[in-house]
Amino acid sequence: MHKGKGMKFVGDSRISAERKPNTSKDYSEYPGRTEAFWPNFLLKEWLAGSVFLVGFLSLTLAHPSPLEKMADPTDAAYIPLPDWYFLFLYELLKYEFASGTYIIMGILVLPGLAFGALLLAPFLDKGPGRRPHQRPVAVAMMLLALTSVIWLTYESAANVNWEQRAEANKPVPASNVEIDTEHPGYAIYENSCLSCHGGELEGTAGPSLVGIDYTPEELATIATDGIGSMPPDQFTGSDEELDQLVEFIISVNEEAK
Amino acid sequence: MLQKIYDWIDDRIDVTPIWRDIADHEVPEHVNPAHHFSAFVYCFGGLTFFVVVIQILSGMFLTMYYVPDIENAWKSVYYLQTEVAHGQIVRGMHHWGASVVIVMLLLHTLRVFFQGAYKKPRELNWMVGVLLFFVMLGLGFTGYLLPWDNKAYFATQVGLEIAEQVPFIGTQLKTLLAGDPSIVGAQTLTRFFAIHVFFLPAALFGLLAAHFILIRRQGISGPL
Ligand code: HEM
Repeated sequence: MHKGKGMKFVGDSRISAERKPNTSKDYSEYPGRTEAFWPNFLLKEWLAGSVFLVGFLSLTLAHPSPLEKMADPTDAAYIPLPDWYFLFLYELLKYEFASGTYIIMGILVLPGLAFGALLLAPFLDKGPGRRPHQRPVAVAMMLLALTSVIWLTYESAANVNWEQRAEANKPVPASNVEIDTEHPGYAIYENSCLSCHGGELEGTAGPSLVGIDYTPEELATIATDGIGSMPPDQFTGSDEELDQLVEFIISVNEEAK
Repeated sequence: MLQKIYDWIDDRIDVTPIWRDIADHEVPEHVNPAHHFSAFVYCFGGLTFFVVVIQILSGMFLTMYYVPDIENAWKSVYYLQTEVAHGQIVRGMHHWGASVVIVMLLLHTLRVFFQGAYKKPRELNWMVGVLLFFVMLGLGFTGYLLPWDNKAYFATQVGLEIAEQVPFIGTQLKTLLAGDPSIVGAQTLTRFFAIHVFFLPAALFGLLAAHFILIRRQGISGPL
């Protein structure tokens, strides 16, 4: 920085009135083919960045991010699973030496040693040599840790039926329809259909009956003859009752629109 | 015209030295993939940063729709995913970015490790890096709960049960995170939201600043 007498400032500020040239440094004296980060290197690097971005966006478009059903704390049958990069820690807790009475091993000692060693690596591996063969212990430890993490992750992920999980946990839009249980068709629905299509027509074993696109005649036919994997004769009653049932389903759909 | 505006500003706040400090640094031959293809391993740090920027931007847009309460969180995510124009893409970027950033972080760490680039004088920057890794894992853990679907809820419940088994401070630790010693519920969601969008990003920015300042001070490690 410039110091001393004869310096000129902008007004009463401490900004020097003398303009400094706004030009890059000259790297021609640097070793090898050194170049300036700005603008030379960045002009090439943004191209590599764009390729990365295109690949990333393709991944995003090809695989919409998953969303399961809204959390239901009473769902005792749900098998919890963390995101993939925590699977190795989760799997570790399944080994006998890391669970039950030895749980401290699994949650503190082993991860603590591994991550502690990672944090302190520069002080554990103090020799001056940087090449891998000059520090066999450090490199061997890292390879051991890497293999364990990959193995544990594989063990954990291979035992999960991902498709079945996704299928069983598809999101269901929240229903905002009020079911009119006084409707004459409701009692018939309750007897014939509710066990598969749910108390709010939201679908359980069978699909949701809200937001469907059938004429009353088609609905009546489905109720008696079945469709797809739905067996026939779910409804057995008088024609009048069938009319009431169809009218009930239509009325819920009208309300949901 | 632009030059005039620049000069006007420079006249008042002397930005040229600041700008030159940021822009002027050399890219040595051995880290430049244009000269040695194998130098692409030096890109992983920059790519990690790139994904971090994607996470910040997409996350900012997500908060325009996301509602952190147990009644509406899932509904707001479902709405974003199905109704909002490009909502699926923005959520997709944040979702996949969270995984890609871990992969890039791992590759970057391995590059630094196998090159022994953490040795004197770069010990402190390595430790800053490991702390960055922990912060990113924390962001992943807290973000996983926010959609409030079954996988989110039950994974968090397991995570908190593990925290509870830490000796002596287990219960306090769980309460700190979950807002209650036994319930995973409304309090947990708001706490995780606060940690995910305020506490951990603040730590992340501080550590990133330290990381980059140290790299600039020390320069990149030399060729092996
Ligand atoms: C958000 C996370 C991180 C970002 C954005 C980041 C970014 C960067 C960048 C851009 C560089 C310049 C060289 C290169 O690109 O390879 C660098 C160097 C470095 N990073 Fe990171 N990093 C992160 C996490 C980490 C982690 C997890 C570690 C180690 C555990 C680490 C340790 C280092 C060290 C020691 C250097 C200096 C290496 C040398 O001089 O050769 N960083 N980092």
